[in-house]
Amino acid sequence: MNVFFYIAAAVAIFSTIMAITGRNAIHSLLFLILSLLAVSVVFYLLQAPFIAALEVIIYAGAIMVLFIFVTMMLNIGLEKKTEKKWVRPGMWIIPSILAAVLLTDLVLALQVAPTATAARQIVEPKQVGISLFSTYLLAVEIAAVMLMAGVIGAYHLGSQKKKVTHRFLEN
Amino acid sequence: MLTVPVQIQILLAGILFFLGLIGLLVRRNIIFMLMSVEIMFNSAGLVFIIAGSHWMQPDGQVMFIFILTVAAVEVAIGLALILQLYHHFKTLDADAIDKLKDKI
Repeated sequence: MNVFFYIAAAVAIFSTIMAITGRNAIHSLLFLILSLLAVSVVFYLLQAPFIAALEVIIYAGAIMVLFIFVTMMLNIGLEKKTEKKWVRPGMWIIPSILAAVLLTDLVLALQVAPTATAARQIVEPKQVGISLFSTYLLAVEIAAVMLMAGVIGAYHLGSQKKKVTHRFLEN
Repeated sequence: MLTVPVQIQILLAGILFFLGLIGLLVRRNIIFMLMSVEIMFNSAGLVFIIAGSHWMQPDGQVMFIFILTVAAVEVAIGLALILQLYHHFKTLDADAIDKLKDKI
């Protein structure tokens, strides 16, 4: 099992480096998604499969898609050059190989998964849910209020308003 | 069964955190800066999961769910702000947005 952890960690670190050094925003976002998938493999190896699923669904699925939508809306960079880069097939080779490595990593880890884990107690999602809605109930409600504020704030900021500048501030 | 020492796991989270920090410091494109903040959030969550797995407590996973919530709200607000900034300044360069700076 240890080698799977090291492989996933190496993929996470490498793709994070590629994400923060990339010039094209879309390529960096794709590398960042790959890094999040690698971290979710680490979560699975750490006996937290529910959190691994949450990482894939919410982080890599929802948050990064939001990023990609905004990046595409803003049409960042030199459009002609980026388009030329996008159609080049070589751009996809490294992320594809890394994603394939992660996939085989997960498959092999599933095959070698221990059948009897009674010796070591695993934190199950049921315990997480019970703890979430008993001990941390107040924090859940605060998080709900924060999500509400986030929705209202994002709607307010995202609405297109006419640019109004005070006459004393214009220069 | 994972028998990697917990120091190595924390080291992974630390490396990811510092990569995010480096990205936040080096990049001037504001979208890349927001991405780096996401990397740092994720590595903080990784530390919580490692600790929760080490001590067999559900609290680490609970904290990760809260971090996920905070990250979602932060990204929504941040991207809305980036859209507004782009409409006002027509650029994503963080150094170009210096209206509050004194012009000496």
